[in-house]
Amino acid sequence: MSAVFKPDETFRDDFSFRNSVTAIRRFPMPFPADEYMYSVNLEPHLPGPPGSITEFAFDIDEHYVAECRERAIVLAAEPLRFQALPHMLSAQWDCLELIMESLARDYSQHFSLTREGNRWHWINRPLELEQRFTFGDVSTLPQPPLEFITRQAPGDWVVMDQRDGDLWTEAGMVTTPADWSLDFDLGMTFKEWHGPVPLAHEMNVFDRALKYLLNLRLGMPVRRLNWTMTVNPRLDTAPELYPFWGPDRAMVNAANAGDRVHLRVELQGLWRLPRSNGVVFSIRTYFISLRELATVPKWARRVHRVMKNLHPALVDYKGLSRYRDAIVAWLAPYDDGSPTTPGTAPE
Amino acid sequence: MSDGGSLHVEVTTIEQLTPLIKHFTLRPVDRAPLPAFSGGSHVVVVMRGAHRVYRNPYSLLSPPFDRSAYQIAVRRMEDSRGGSHFMHDQVFVGSRLEIAHPVNLFPLDKIARKHVLIAGGIGITPFLAQLEDLHDGVIPYELHYAVRSPAHAAFADRLRALAADSVKFYHDSEAQEIDYDGLLSGQPLGTHVYVCGPAGMINRVIATARRWGWPDSHVHWEKFSAPPVGDAFEVFLARAKIGLRVLPDQSLLEAIEAAGVEVPYLCRGGVCGFCRTTVLEADGELLHHDHYLSDADKARGKSIMPCVSRAICKSLVLDL
Repeated sequence: MSAVFKPDETFRDDFSFRNSVTAIRRFPMPFPADEYMYSVNLEPHLPGPPGSITEFAFDIDEHYVAECRERAIVLAAEPLRFQALPHMLSAQWDCLELIMESLARDYSQHFSLTREGNRWHWINRPLELEQRFTFGDVSTLPQPPLEFITRQAPGDWVVMDQRDGDLWTEAGMVTTPADWSLDFDLGMTFKEWHGPVPLAHEMNVFDRALKYLLNLRLGMPVRRLNWTMTVNPRLDTAPELYPFWGPDRAMVNAANAGDRVHLRVELQGLWRLPRSNGVVFSIRTYFISLRELATVPKWARRVHRVMKNLHPALVDYKGLSRYRDAIVAWLAPYDDGSPTTPGTAPE
Repeated sequence: MSDGGSLHVEVTTIEQLTPLIKHFTLRPVDRAPLPAFSGGSHVVVVMRGAHRVYRNPYSLLSPPFDRSAYQIAVRRMEDSRGGSHFMHDQVFVGSRLEIAHPVNLFPLDKIARKHVLIAGGIGITPFLAQLEDLHDGVIPYELHYAVRSPAHAAFADRLRALAADSVKFYHDSEAQEIDYDGLLSGQPLGTHVYVCGPAGMINRVIATARRWGWPDSHVHWEKFSAPPVGDAFEVFLARAKIGLRVLPDQSLLEAIEAAGVEVPYLCRGGVCGFCRTTVLEADGELLHHDHYLSDADKARGKSIMPCVSRAICKSLVLDL
């Protein structure tokens, strides 16, 4: 897809982020049915239809330039949003290679990568960046390899080392977290990292997911969708900044929910890394306001029903306790009770 | 899914390294770069014989950063079911083979303070690629390599060039033996030990390490079993509604695949657990040859790893 970038939109202060009609139609609706419960909803990350968010390995859309600028703002204030333990260096280079190869192959109008042996030349046209460097030599890049490339790649990135029958969260770039912290989770095992998630442990979701991911194969990435709600299109809802965004939840009412409340969907991808045998986990966030969502009648009906009947433990875990009723009330007029077709497509 | 990521390669060189070991260089047919990999990885090579398809795992021993070619070494197995004989007798320069993407079930631990590598015979292969990662000298290591005689020491020159100060050879012919107690009793905290070789060597390393108090997490071994030969037996696949006969020199997995039923696999050597299959009914004895199922699992008889395990049964019904 050849998106027209909107470099001036913001994810803070005046929150000028909006979706175009195209962006709404390709929004990754996470609810295939009218009710929701956890599942190990991993599937092969195979190319989706042209124009869809899964057409390519990584999605570059109209928000790309603005999201990269937002990341730079966060990093300037909090450099520890990027961290990598020393033994993760080869995994960092693996990530840089994966992202550069994918973007240059899939979006040749925006990115270019030329290689002569270990001497690489990278061009990022939307961000007006050019870099010549030696693959494997950190002194030839202005930042560590993972930081360098993820300043130019939307979404958060977590890199896990595989050892001792577990996956260890030991490097990452996290500036768009849905209320979790890389600084807090760095060094944790897979289940420690997912400790706060309710219900899923009892359902053995993480045992099964871990077993699956330990056997993740090179060249056969997988993906899943996850979701929550956020007041305002605020990408950076880090727990350390709770005083700045937590109070927003108290301002939502049935009258303003359509513009304030955003369904927040993460397209999560997982790749086996070649040289390090690690796993990289990409978390790309998509926002859609309830008002934008209501332009698709099926989605409005479905989200109304999902929210109305959501398990109380999930309402609490996803931080919706204060404003779930406002969401349901705002969406109610869009739900005439007629059936929804199966699947997530707009109609 | 198993063959979803096949790579098509051409054999560009074959070298007889020792009386029993041949070395193959594999280049991509389309000359596009092969995936990089990590030391300790293997590839499953698909060999299409006249009557059978063999799929054998072989460690990659080329430098992991070299994306122009892969190298493997194949030892001719005396009691081979055919795979190693096929590689030795029916593969020539110019032959084309299909391989799966590399998988690593024997990686170096990234937070180890020191690595002790112990190889027996053809078990040297996974270490060759690992040495390429290690010879930057950041983490200390030592390699102990036991072979029958100097003539059987494949890669001796390459090892001397790569890691002369860190490699010690042991020749059975000169009655040289690895002193396992000496080796494993005096290592600094944070050392990891890795062993690849005959079952007896692996068992000795594991037992010696336990005796000296090594944590299990610091002891690693690679013990791919070739599927053993046995008596023919019958099996019924419940979901596919197919009855089939497993021949003496055929693995259960190969027989299932030959019937057109796909089973996911990674290692085909009883290690990874990927092909674990539910046993619905077994009137007889399951012959478990894998290293994946626990003794309790094996005794329960509700699962089987068809890549290496067999059965002596009047009837065997699998959930496939």
